Amino acid sequence: MLLLSCPCCGVTAEETEFANGGEAHLKRFGPGSTDAEYEAYMFARKNPRGVHFERWRHAYGCGKWFLMARDTMTLEVYGTYKAQTTEPPAELQAHIKARRPEWEGF
Amino acid sequence: MSEAVSALAGARGSGLVELADAGVTGMITLRGDLPLLGGALESVLGLGLPGQRQVVTGQRGQVLWMSPDELLIVLPYAEAPGVAAALSAALGDAFATVAVVSDARALITVTGAQARDVLAKLMPVDFADFPVASVRRTRAAQVAAALWRESETEWKLVCFRSVASYVFEALATVAQPGGEVGLYR
Amino acid sequence: MSHRLGTGGRLIDRARPMDFTFNGKTMRGYAGDTLAAALLGAGQVLVGRSFKYHRPRGIMASGAEEPNALVGLGEGQRYEPNQRVTTTELFPGLKASSQNHWPSLEFDVGAINAKLWRFFPAGFYYKTFIAPRPFWKHLYEPIIRRSAGLGRAPDAETHDADRYEQIYAFCDVLVAGGGIAGLKAAREAADAGKRVILVEQTAHFGGRAVVDGLEVEGQGAEAWVAAQLAALSSMPGVTVLSRTMVSGVYDHGYALAYQRIADHTPGAEKPRHRLWRIRAGQIVSATGAIERPLSFAGNDLPGVMLASAVRDYVVNWAVSPGKSVAVVTNNDDAYRTALALHAVGIKVPAVIDARREATGDLPARVRAAGIRVIEDAAIRHVEGGKAVTGVALCRFNSDGGAVIETLSCDALAMSGGWSPVVHLWSHCGGKLLWNEAGAFFRPDPARPPLGADGKGFVTCVGAANGELGNEGEAPMLPVWLMPAQASYDLRAKAWLDPQNDVKVSDVQLAAQEGYASVEHTKRYTTLGMATDQGKLSNINGLAILSDALGQPIPQTGTTTFRPPYTPISLGAIAGEARGGIFQPLRKTPIYDWHAARGAHWEPVGYWRRPYCYPKAGETHAQAVSREINQTRKAVGILDASTLGKLVVKGPDAGRFLDMLYTNVMSTLKVGKCRYGLMCNENGFLSDDGVVARLSEDTWLCHTTSGGADRIHAWMEDWLQCEWWDWKVHVVNLTEQFAQIAVVGPKARALLEKLGGDMDLSAAAFPFMDWKEGHLGDIPARIFRISFSGELSYEVAVPAGQGLALWERLMEAGAEFGVAPYGTEALHVMRAEKGFIMIGDETDGTVIPQDLGLGWAISKKKADFLGKRGMEREAMVSADRWQLVGLETLDGSVLPDGALAPLPGKNDNGQQETQGRVTSTYFSPTLGKGIAMGLLHKGPARMGEVVQFQNASGGTVAARVVDPCFYDKAGEKQNV
Ligand SMILES: [Zn+2]
Repeated sequence: MLLLSCPCCGVTAEETEFANGGEAHLKRFGPGSTDAEYEAYMFARKNPRGVHFERWRHAYGCGKWFLMARDTMTLEVYGTYKAQTTEPPAELQAHIKARRPEWEGF
Repeated sequence: MSEAVSALAGARGSGLVELADAGVTGMITLRGDLPLLGGALESVLGLGLPGQRQVVTGQRGQVLWMSPDELLIVLPYAEAPGVAAALSAALGDAFATVAVVSDARALITVTGAQARDVLAKLMPVDFADFPVASVRRTRAAQVAAALWRESETEWKLVCFRSVASYVFEALATVAQPGGEVGLYR
Repeated sequence: MSHRLGTGGRLIDRARPMDFTFNGKTMRGYAGDTLAAALLGAGQVLVGRSFKYHRPRGIMASGAEEPNALVGLGEGQRYEPNQRVTTTELFPGLKASSQNHWPSLEFDVGAINAKLWRFFPAGFYYKTFIAPRPFWKHLYEPIIRRSAGLGRAPDAETHDADRYEQIYAFCDVLVAGGGIAGLKAAREAADAGKRVILVEQTAHFGGRAVVDGLEVEGQGAEAWVAAQLAALSSMPGVTVLSRTMVSGVYDHGYALAYQRIADHTPGAEKPRHRLWRIRAGQIVSATGAIERPLSFAGNDLPGVMLASAVRDYVVNWAVSPGKSVAVVTNNDDAYRTALALHAVGIKVPAVIDARREATGDLPARVRAAGIRVIEDAAIRHVEGGKAVTGVALCRFNSDGGAVIETLSCDALAMSGGWSPVVHLWSHCGGKLLWNEAGAFFRPDPARPPLGADGKGFVTCVGAANGELGNEGEAPMLPVWLMPAQASYDLRAKAWLDPQNDVKVSDVQLAAQEGYASVEHTKRYTTLGMATDQGKLSNINGLAILSDALGQPIPQTGTTTFRPPYTPISLGAIAGEARGGIFQPLRKTPIYDWHAARGAHWEPVGYWRRPYCYPKAGETHAQAVSREINQTRKAVGILDASTLGKLVVKGPDAGRFLDMLYTNVMSTLKVGKCRYGLMCNENGFLSDDGVVARLSEDTWLCHTTSGGADRIHAWMEDWLQCEWWDWKVHVVNLTEQFAQIAVVGPKARALLEKLGGDMDLSAAAFPFMDWKEGHLGDIPARIFRISFSGELSYEVAVPAGQGLALWERLMEAGAEFGVAPYGTEALHVMRAEKGFIMIGDETDGTVIPQDLGLGWAISKKKADFLGKRGMEREAMVSADRWQLVGLETLDGSVLPDGALAPLPGKNDNGQQETQGRVTSTYFSPTLGKGIAMGLLHKGPARMGEVVQFQNASGGTVAARVVDPCFYDKAGEKQNV
């Protein structure tokens, strides 16, 4: 069971306080989008073996969504950050690169 | 005149700790930028803005930090509608929300030297890192709850009204004599 | 025969004898005994029968690794099967019964299986019983179930009399194991100011060192342990727990520890077990090592025990397993057992050593004590039936054809070397190394389980790390089979896994049949799959398999170590969650009133809502009909407090709601209500409800009863993660208000009678308006909306005054014939009106258009959640199942969920279908069955008769009709 640190309220707590929301940084495609774009938005997920960006909500805590970079193989947590962004912070990306030089990048 | 009643109707329990329904209690949820809310708090209630996960206590009530854009005011039940109206007026057209939630909640007081041991049986919280005047939103058994520490031995737990009897019974169950732990001494 | 020695026993208190019973026979032990020690002390060598062959079995070990000696403990509400006698502390009045035998332990019919062993090879069940299929269900399984299995399950009527609990704990260092290594690790961490939890699975600390009388830091182990415990217990931030086992290690430093608080004091007013949910920075596994048995013919006979266990019984409990105890070994450590036995006057006829020569210090001391050492020797077979009577010896490097000597003895102590307990290291991914010299797997420090920071969080110390403390002793000789080239007949009586009755020959057969993977072999032979999880059999089995496959042991690898280390109780897993607090039960403010009126309940999520209020002598169906009739003819009231109530406020609230709802909410006028639908991005209907505009920037959204939390989270998700620059707040006020629906032709009259400051007249308060004011002196918000087709108001008041309002309505309504009604009447009335219900008409694949709700979908809006999804080919197809009303030709009620079959089969060989029933009721208003359903191109088929399947395999004919069965013009609700 994972241990997560919420960047919104500063609490570090066990996974049962949180709800997972799947892959982060998806781009929404609404009316006017092609079938391929819509399919990618709705159904295509990276499901990587390794570095993964995902959405979590501090459901039993402050109620806020945040994002987390995690390794799906080792369960190493590289960091958590605010949900109000379209890509991981540069420092976090650098940290991941340092930990996993083979990572292809965001 | 119809008097509001609390969900737990004055329930009390005794075991490793003392449990008590705190009775009808006024509560107001404030949403908005905290500095903005802080101004209204100061002018209406003379209360300062709490820091992250802190509780500020004053003459007219308490303010709890609930999230980066949410505060909870705890005050006498009868005062909640009036204070809420005053806060709304003080906030004017600013983007902020004031909502009376007194009836949506139940407030339980947990008192005693073994309170941390009892609470730790239901809440995934490290009570070694829980000073007086701080608040933690978490789980109590299977439901959401907020807990704050009033003193070395007194704690307040707030949960939704509908699950008040569930939480009270769960606390009473794990507070039965014989269940002493001695984890927190 | 096993017996109690006249003196000694470091753990027992001879001044406190305790009587207990085994199979009804009263026996006597002492305080401090385990049940195993007490049984052996009382001369009870035979304690059970084996799983498959019903072989007589005795106690083999002294701790958690015991494979044989499982008993049923207690009786009635405290009966529990499959309890290990070696980890059960004795208490006065303990009642134990042996398992897996019929009619008696001494004479067992099932033992016939043992005579037929040639017919029960590995994979026997798979091979024999698989075909023909029906034979499995009707013949083989019932027979096997009766004759196999371990203990019997507790009676279904009994309820566990004990209570259980859990606790969350946090520490810097969790130390698992209270032997010397564990105590040292705990002390070191505590001295460094760390928060420490130290747990020991037994009632006593010190591990093997105190049994073997070793020295620690220049002090006797016993004294050293006492000093450490005293020091640790007085240190702040240190928690020391005995009778507590770390059962599993999980991600990010999470561990479960199972504390047996009151197993040894049943009936005490204490929780029986407590499950510790520990989050640790570091976990130190000081779990020691387990001695391995040797594989020789008859190694499962009662009286054959692990050498270290024999020592434990002698030293700890003053119990000897026999009058004359032979020792067989491949290492020096077992010589300690010979010395321990000798020291208390037990005869040791010989130490049989597989090694060419035994030259070390320990063998020398044994020889000096006058005990024979027979080198280069093996047990050919053990003699005896229900107990050991002797051993036949042969050369180790032989096939056992030639007996060199037969020794008389009544017990045999065996040692095949030691295996570190690497379970906690391995649970969360720690990898192992093969240690050639000790012939065991040990933790590979380079590949530990990783924590949240990417660093290892488990370390192993002491014997668990492969440090067996045998420096200076002569090397052991790996022995996986005794004698080394044992013939088939011997191998077929050499047990690897006594609990699951798996023998050397079974594993070899599996290899012969092509099982090369250790995981497959495990499942095929069931090796290591018993309740002891192969603690004794694992390495021996791997070695046999590796040998049969002709590959080194590390290449074969181990099976996966999974939690729990030993079984833990279901009670501990449930904790406090049983009875009334098994799960949260959400109560409305009017719950107690409903309960006092005998409401029959319907669970809605965690809510409990009245389904109906049956009066004396009424069936539920009669009560529902009465409630409907009373509501439609006079007035009924419904507790609708569970409805979700979300306030959405802010400058962008209208724009936000236009994205969430399929229709337009931003144009709703203050003071008005509008019904709305919410879809997910697939376009599938997710929730519905009435939205009221409270002020210029504030809307109140009602959700379904089960949907409040889900929709609140849905709104927050979009606001926080997609449109974070929009200025909108959502506050969930579901529980702030009690909500009561007042429904029926007399509804207005009833509300007006309560008085207050609101004009409720038809002219001043039209349909789909809302008003705020007071009903009497209770502050109230009233919505004039209808889910029943009648004149109807929903009244929201502060929850703390909900009961007061309800009681006033009942009192004031008496003259109008008021009746409370429940959820079933609500459902029937909405179905009579053809209103859909989320979860009945929807199932996550239904778009609003399927339900004739196209009118609630904005054509003007450029975007809303689900709009793109609805544009997909399959959604706009004319081929969809769509909502219709259904009327049976005979007036009967269609079965719920009934399918309308078509001729032919689909690609999966299933019956083709063209529709299904989604809601079906007896309508008291119409006096017949009514239903709604989804039917292929349904609305175009009005008047057509369609066949639906019923439960008895026949069909029911129903006519396709408009889904609105009652007051289609809406005259009744608009008065
Ligand atoms: Zn948080």
